[in-house]
Amino acid sequence: MSGNHPGLSNNFSRSGEKFSWSKDNLRSIKNIISKYPKGREQSAVMPLLYLAQEQNNNWISIECIETIAETLNMPKIRVTEVASFYSMYNTRPVGENLVQICRTSPCWLRGSNKITKTICKETKCEINDTSDDNKFTVVEVECLGACSNGPMVQINNDFYEDLDEESTKKIIDNIKEGKPNVIGSQKGRRSSENA
Amino acid sequence: MLLVLKKAGEVQKMLNEKDKVFQNLHGFQEPFIEGALKRGSWSNTKEILSKDQNDIIELVKSSQLRGRGGAGFSTGLKWSFMPKNTGKQHYLVVNADESEPGTCKDREIIRNDPHTLVEGCLIASYAIQASKCYIYIRGEYHHEYVQLEKAIEEAYERGFIGKNACGSGFDFDLYVHRGAGAYICGEETALLESLEGKKGQPRLKPPFPAGVGLYGMPTTINNVESIAVVPTILRRGPDWFKSIGAENNTGTKIFCISGNVNKPCTIEEEMGIPLKELVEKHCDGVEGGWDNLKAIVPGGSSTPMLPKNICESVLMNFDDLKANGSGLGTAGVIVVNKNNDIAEVIERFAYFYKHESCGQCTPCREGTGWMHRMMQRLVRGEISPEQIELLENVTKQVEGHTICALGDAAAWPIQGLIKNFKSELISKYNEKLKAS
Amino acid sequence: MSDDLIKIKVNQKEIQVDKNLTVMQACEIAGEEIPRFCYHDKLTIAGNCRMCLVEIEKAPKLVSSCTMPLMEGMSIITNSEKVNAGRKGVMEFLLINHPLDCPICDQGGECDLQDQAMYYGFDKSRYKENKRAVDNKNMGPLVNTIMTRCIHCTRCVRFATEVAGVPELGMLGRGENAEITTYLEQSITSELSGNVIDLCPVGALTSKPYQFKARPWELKRTDSIDIFDSVGSNIRVDSRAEEILRVTPRTNEYINEEWISDKVRFNYDGYYQQRIDTPYIKENQKLSISNWEESLKVLKDKLKTLKPLALIGEHVDLETGYAIKKFMSNYGKDNVECRTDNHAILESLDSYRFNTPLNDIENADLIILVGTNPKIETPIINHKIFKAYNNDAKVFNIGENISLNYKTEYLGESLSNLNNENIIKALKKSTNPLIIIGSAFLNKIKNIKTLKSIFSYADKYKVITKEKNNLNFLNPYASRVGQLIIGNTTNNLCEPFSNLKKDNFELVLSFGSEHIADEQFNNCFKVYFGHHGDDGAMGSDIVLPTPLYTEKNGTFVNIEGRPQEAKKCHNPIGSAKEEWSILKKLSDELSFDFIPNTFDQLRSELFDKHPILSDYHEIIVVENSTSITPDIEFEDCKAEYPVSNFYMSDVISKNSVTMAKCVDEIISTPSLLEKSA
Ligand SMILES: Cc1cc2nc3c(=O)[nH]c(=O)nc-3n(C[C@H](O)[C@H](O)[C@H](O)COP(=O)(O)O)c2cc1C
Ligand code: SF4
Ligand code: FES
Repeated sequence: MSGNHPGLSNNFSRSGEKFSWSKDNLRSIKNIISKYPKGREQSAVMPLLYLAQEQNNNWISIECIETIAETLNMPKIRVTEVASFYSMYNTRPVGENLVQICRTSPCWLRGSNKITKTICKETKCEINDTSDDNKFTVVEVECLGACSNGPMVQINNDFYEDLDEESTKKIIDNIKEGKPNVIGSQKGRRSSENA
Repeated sequence: MLLVLKKAGEVQKMLNEKDKVFQNLHGFQEPFIEGALKRGSWSNTKEILSKDQNDIIELVKSSQLRGRGGAGFSTGLKWSFMPKNTGKQHYLVVNADESEPGTCKDREIIRNDPHTLVEGCLIASYAIQASKCYIYIRGEYHHEYVQLEKAIEEAYERGFIGKNACGSGFDFDLYVHRGAGAYICGEETALLESLEGKKGQPRLKPPFPAGVGLYGMPTTINNVESIAVVPTILRRGPDWFKSIGAENNTGTKIFCISGNVNKPCTIEEEMGIPLKELVEKHCDGVEGGWDNLKAIVPGGSSTPMLPKNICESVLMNFDDLKANGSGLGTAGVIVVNKNNDIAEVIERFAYFYKHESCGQCTPCREGTGWMHRMMQRLVRGEISPEQIELLENVTKQVEGHTICALGDAAAWPIQGLIKNFKSELISKYNEKLKAS
Repeated sequence: MSDDLIKIKVNQKEIQVDKNLTVMQACEIAGEEIPRFCYHDKLTIAGNCRMCLVEIEKAPKLVSSCTMPLMEGMSIITNSEKVNAGRKGVMEFLLINHPLDCPICDQGGECDLQDQAMYYGFDKSRYKENKRAVDNKNMGPLVNTIMTRCIHCTRCVRFATEVAGVPELGMLGRGENAEITTYLEQSITSELSGNVIDLCPVGALTSKPYQFKARPWELKRTDSIDIFDSVGSNIRVDSRAEEILRVTPRTNEYINEEWISDKVRFNYDGYYQQRIDTPYIKENQKLSISNWEESLKVLKDKLKTLKPLALIGEHVDLETGYAIKKFMSNYGKDNVECRTDNHAILESLDSYRFNTPLNDIENADLIILVGTNPKIETPIINHKIFKAYNNDAKVFNIGENISLNYKTEYLGESLSNLNNENIIKALKKSTNPLIIIGSAFLNKIKNIKTLKSIFSYADKYKVITKEKNNLNFLNPYASRVGQLIIGNTTNNLCEPFSNLKKDNFELVLSFGSEHIADEQFNNCFKVYFGHHGDDGAMGSDIVLPTPLYTEKNGTFVNIEGRPQEAKKCHNPIGSAKEEWSILKKLSDELSFDFIPNTFDQLRSELFDKHPILSDYHEIIVVENSTSITPDIEFEDCKAEYPVSNFYMSDVISKNSVTMAKCVDEIISTPSLLEKSA
């Protein structure tokens, strides 16, 4: 399963299973829609894509799109456009841990190449690939906005910063072993202070 | 008190700790309400909200605060463009998309001192008669989003925002909307499109958002930092703010320094601190020493790089950087030393812009791809002097011809590279030629 | 109005223009042509191609003229070096990823990109990188796609959303990977989908049936009229020798603007299928090939002894209708009928036409559909209703609960639902209400009081006022209004066909009417004049080949009462003869008085008799409008719609392979069934 960045593709696929909102999500949806003016429910399409993605094992299937279109009374093509435009909506299944390595110049200047190599080696998967055990999907991404803490990677919702090869390997090992990781700086910085 | 403003170009000293707006920028204190109250947030908000709306705009104008999102437009002046008493819903939209490579300042405000922003949203919204405000935060900032939501919830609980905010009689709602991975949504009109549930494709201007903005209503868009400094300016007065920095380049500013320095960091400093001082004092210098410096990108990826000789003396403010052929941008300082290939730094930026182009207008959609492909060959030393000229020509064909400034942003870094290192690029080509 | 005028300069020439125009429009007024790809005057402004750059004095950057509002004193420059360089740059960008395959492109010779490249192109490509290739997308049986040629102008996306009212196209992805597609590559479901072919400025969207058929300069172009519904859309028929290869719209701002329906655009392959190309006579229950001499001799003998009735079909032009009337008058009165569907009318023109000028429909703020499905009966009128809807008009529907491409409030199946309180409330509030009474009810009305009541109702609620009449009657047939004007009908106002004393007649002459196959005529001698061998022809005793509307000249009056001409574009197929000339010959042999010797004489006689018809393109003015009676009383009748399948509504379309594909791929696909479920 390789090829494109899972979040930037124009091709969508069916999961083959019906997608209907969980009870909790139905409640959240009401709440989300109430943030926007009446008649502007379409504004909720991005939050709903997030909800669907969360409920659907971290990817957006055609079934998700159709359910969202129905919920928000939007043409399906409009939902598809949005889902294909933003890189954080995965248009195909990804592994349990989506590892996103920042490749942009500030991180690169501080050695993101080495981090990429380490991650590929430790997870046994290529860029844009998913590991055989479905534990990891590895992608390279553009600047994640933590430049003073580069090089850095994002794994699911968490940032890991001030990385070197050793700390990177440790993080991957911990995930494999089901051990918790310290998020943020791996050099003991509180945030981005001079230290 | 008559205040004598320094002219841009005068030498500065380090910013006093007590003059920092963001007392908890690095999160050593409690980020939430208890800490915020100690730091003075929400202390006399009601009093501020009892001022006339126009007076607040005038005060902000006179502080000479310039937008921290990149373009450096006067914040007070921008607010004054909002129509008055239209009977329509007005909106403040806060730009927390922070996606410009080299920039990570808003992140620190949001996760470590969120109440400065929440309070700023209230006051700014009041000034422009907006009873609703959306903060658009980049999707990747999940942790920051959670922190921000918590701070907002606290502010609601304490009655600081919501109905009759701070007891002022002003009703105010604040919402957070998450982006989902698109740099272009930092462009203010693309952001509005995105907020309306569409692809983030910039709108045509005119009409401008102050007239026709979010949901077609009068809207002001400001950067997080621009908004978060407002409560302090109003508390301590515009004169205090003006006493820091120089004429038209006033106040404090958060700088993010990344790349080849010994200790990269994010720091609030006086606007106009010399670049060299910023690097040497706050980041313990360039990796390999100042003489190992190749060039510095001073204001985020979009600003043209400065060669070492300019870095020696340039001041980190809007006007001096402009005078030296670059810009303050987002104040994301990216330092490149001689151990790295400066062309590859720019090639990576070129890839970034190609990756982030929305695809709407021709010069950007086609030009970013063309530029990047040529940059790739340039890194490999495979483009001839004539082709370097063509590359420069292509950047000129993109610049100024697009719907939004992403096209310019993609063109400038390459122009900066060619301007400063052309002979080096040519010798790279010649060497490769010899080798083969 | 002079408040709206401002002074500006275009290339230093001072002009006065309306301040609400854009810079591009002002330049055009000043006679400066501005190149463009994305801009189209019927679509919202996108400003994405950047081809229309101009310089505004004192502005630092070039601006896109299509998006730029004017300002007093503005000085616009369109011919500077800077402007030229800007456009040249844009042009180069458009071409770098374009395949430049003009020699094999159907758009070749009529391509905006090709034309502009002549002016702004570089001699030699400076782009040395790999070109992007884009996969083609399925958009259904009508629109062919070659997406590598797409320049991302989004005209097609905007058309689908804004004009066709089917938001099914979009641009997926972003940056240089952005691609135009329909949702999951399903067929476009609009009756107007073919218009994207004309809109696409390059060869990305082209006609599937026309693919590789011809180059534009080989074609003969003939102006004509769409006869497959009653709107009278203006079309251009392109032919080579005796074959039509393409049908495209002609712009008529009063009628079809620049759109036509997919039926008239694509059903022309049906023109040549199952054609009746020679006379036939029934022998031993079977039609066998005959010739003109023999068949006319048989017919003449029948005409001497049997009492004839003439039926007029849906495609009959006025000249033919007039000739029929003239011929039949030799046999007395009440022996010609065009209302074979039982269409109820009153005496006056305003009771059987669309009284609102079509280009005013969009100004209505309330529209009541009564027994009509404009989407499949008259897609152009439906588009205009959609425009009104987008301007916030409310739409009510009475009849069946049909699905349209805009929201309607459904009020029930009976005509008396006009008295529903929601409608009454809305009518009272409305400043420009409009009612459309369709054939689904008109063909069912038994009591003339009902029709009169509709007028009283319209009067009561100010749908009819001194200034305007927004009470409209809609039938889908191109021939109907004109035939009624010249009186080709019997005198029963309601149920004319059912009440026709059919057993009075012994000989039925059908001019393209399939009703000749009705059981009541089983004992008559039947003669079918027509071009397609469908049921009507099959059951007849004599079949005479006549030309299609593209094979002769003819006048048609559209639904709003506008006479227009369809011109002949090639000779009739086989030995077909124009109806009037057949009738003329028969008249001569029967010693009837039938003066015209040529078609032109026939037409001038028609115009002498009915001068109102000679004023082509103008809407006929009603002389005696229907008088209003006080009572409002609606009978109960059940709606029965005249068209159930847009693609197969007439004998010609039924013979079109392309239309058959549309039925398969657009109407019968599971995705669509899903949609309606
Ligand atoms: C391509 C592009 C990306 C931008 N990204 C951001 C951003 O991430 N954050 C931001 O505050 N402004 C960004 N801007 C600038 C905004 O358009 C806008 O000028 C700014 O938010 C205004 O706020 P300010 O007046 O407070 O500076 C971007 C502009 C462009 C053209
Ligand atoms: S397919 Fe044609 S009409 Fe549609 S965006 Fe591409 S070039 Fe424009
Ligand atoms: S015609 Fe103006 S930008 Fe395309």
